[in-house]
Amino acid sequence: MAHAAKLGTNLTGIQMSPKDTERLLDAVNDIHPDVPGDSAGMMAERAVRTAEADRIGSVPIPGSAKGMLKSSFDMMRGKSPEVLLDKMGERLAYERNGVRLYDAMIAKVKGSDTPDSALIGTLQHIRDEEYEHMMLVAKHIETLGADPTAQTPCADVVGVLGVGPLQVITDPRTNVEQCMNALLTIELTDNAAWELLIELAEAGGHSNIAKDFKHALDQENDHLVKVKTLMRRDLKAQVK
Amino acid sequence: MTRLDGILDNKGTPLEKQQFTWKEMAGKPISKLDDDAFTRVRIILMNGVETDALRLKHGISRITGQLRQPLAEIRRVEQHQATMVNWLIGADHSPLETTIAYEQVAIEVTAAVAQSEPDPYQAQTYRYGLLEDFDHLYRYSAMLDRLEGKDPNNILQGYTDIVPGRPTSEHHRHPDNDLRDSYAKDEAALITKIHCALITAAEFQTHDYYQNVGPLFADPLARQLYAEIASVEEQHVTQYGSLADPMESFMEKWLVHEAMEVYAYASCADQETNPRIKAIWERFLDYELGHLNIACEHFKQIERRDPAEILGGPLPQMVQFKSQRDFVRKVLAAEVNLRSSGTQYVDKAQEPQNSLAYRTQLNSQGIAADIVSAGYQWAPGTELMRKAS
Repeated sequence: MAHAAKLGTNLTGIQMSPKDTERLLDAVNDIHPDVPGDSAGMMAERAVRTAEADRIGSVPIPGSAKGMLKSSFDMMRGKSPEVLLDKMGERLAYERNGVRLYDAMIAKVKGSDTPDSALIGTLQHIRDEEYEHMMLVAKHIETLGADPTAQTPCADVVGVLGVGPLQVITDPRTNVEQCMNALLTIELTDNAAWELLIELAEAGGHSNIAKDFKHALDQENDHLVKVKTLMRRDLKAQVK
Repeated sequence: MTRLDGILDNKGTPLEKQQFTWKEMAGKPISKLDDDAFTRVRIILMNGVETDALRLKHGISRITGQLRQPLAEIRRVEQHQATMVNWLIGADHSPLETTIAYEQVAIEVTAAVAQSEPDPYQAQTYRYGLLEDFDHLYRYSAMLDRLEGKDPNNILQGYTDIVPGRPTSEHHRHPDNDLRDSYAKDEAALITKIHCALITAAEFQTHDYYQNVGPLFADPLARQLYAEIASVEEQHVTQYGSLADPMESFMEKWLVHEAMEVYAYASCADQETNPRIKAIWERFLDYELGHLNIACEHFKQIERRDPAEILGGPLPQMVQFKSQRDFVRKVLAAEVNLRSSGTQYVDKAQEPQNSLAYRTQLNSQGIAADIVSAGYQWAPGTELMRKAS
């Protein structure tokens, strides 16, 4: 894998084809849009389709008797325990995806021009903590009597969200810095999501869960600092 | 290349030596940023050619038992050729960006074919379809700009204009008006048959691509736009497919298809600018010569005829992979108001009632092609850059 940005024969911009661009602009100036309006119509239609849409899916009903009881109990105390369950399902999916992303990132660094063993160690450390978090969330989904193997709606949606970073990191042509940027996106979101999850657990009356999650948040704060620092250090060294 | 019958002296690569590994099939892609747009055009075209080769041979296998074994053997190689070619498209192309590239193929290759096609009716048909694909490019460009915030010209690299053609909202016709008169197999030039096989293959691929990627989009208008244009591509396959003579035997169709593959790979090898990709075209040209020779042997055994009866005659120059802007502009100015009535081309005012009624019903709950492109004018760096300046 090549390292960092390089000057070359990028053909995408108009400066690379000035004569063709002039001809293209002639066409644009001669032949006008046949449908009046602008992009506002598209936005209006999107709003209509949103109003008409079904939902992505549902939060599964807790399957065990114990879970049913707990759920009923929470129902009496909180308005919608399924909101917490959905978000816990989301975090489980996200952390599980995170483990795979860090695995891919470690392979990326090993394949770089100058494999950095300290960086590999840091990535492995973060990867292992993502795994811990994943297991922690799974455990607490079970303590609520719910099924950690179910894909909740928010879990499904973060799966869609995670496709971009996954594609960036697993593309053999992307360099370490480009992939660190993808991890930064992941970690920034993860950080805020854990903060929110702790608040939701507390609001739902699950202080024991919130306490465990605070430990995870501390580790996530550390991940964010590490990823930001690594990115900054590498890119600044290249610019200077 | 000026003739094909002479080329039969070249036996190409023997089938048993046409070997691959998984790693080379799923090899390094081209650069979306640094490779010339026509490298991508050739890749998309040749994937369409190979997948159509599979399609035709499966069709023949369904209706005759005697060729099943040799067709299965050649299809296996073609499957792997198609894979090696199609996997050259990098994952940094979004499906919509690849769509822009597909339309560039449809425009530039059909325009090249329309100019070298000797049969005036067939050439007219290519020009007719061309103006519809030209409009699809405009609608998809608006979609790319307004959905992903990307500039379609990053893909097109200035070679192809981004303006309305015959409006997509008027493409949907009653099937009665999609069929065309075919060439007569004993009178048509070889190049006419080759053009027909080539463009039908390309359009079939485009149809299948839109049909597959359409549901991958979340945006309801993108999903609908793909539905609308995939339906037009099905019409195009109907249109171009009917240009071929139905009286051709399956052996004749096989021979023509192999000849088309040889011609197309030779054209690609002749003009490719990326040396690594050029080596693939040259390698596959030799493979196709091998396939053509096998087809000729079966032709001789089954039909007791000389393949030169089909493959003889001069061939014009290679498919010209270059911007056909001037030709397209001329066709647009002269023929944008053509419509089809049965197998004939008429002015918009004479479009048959059955097409109008068919379209009115389909369009009655809104047309994504219109909604997404309302007021859209391409500007360097997307329409947002123009509005800011």
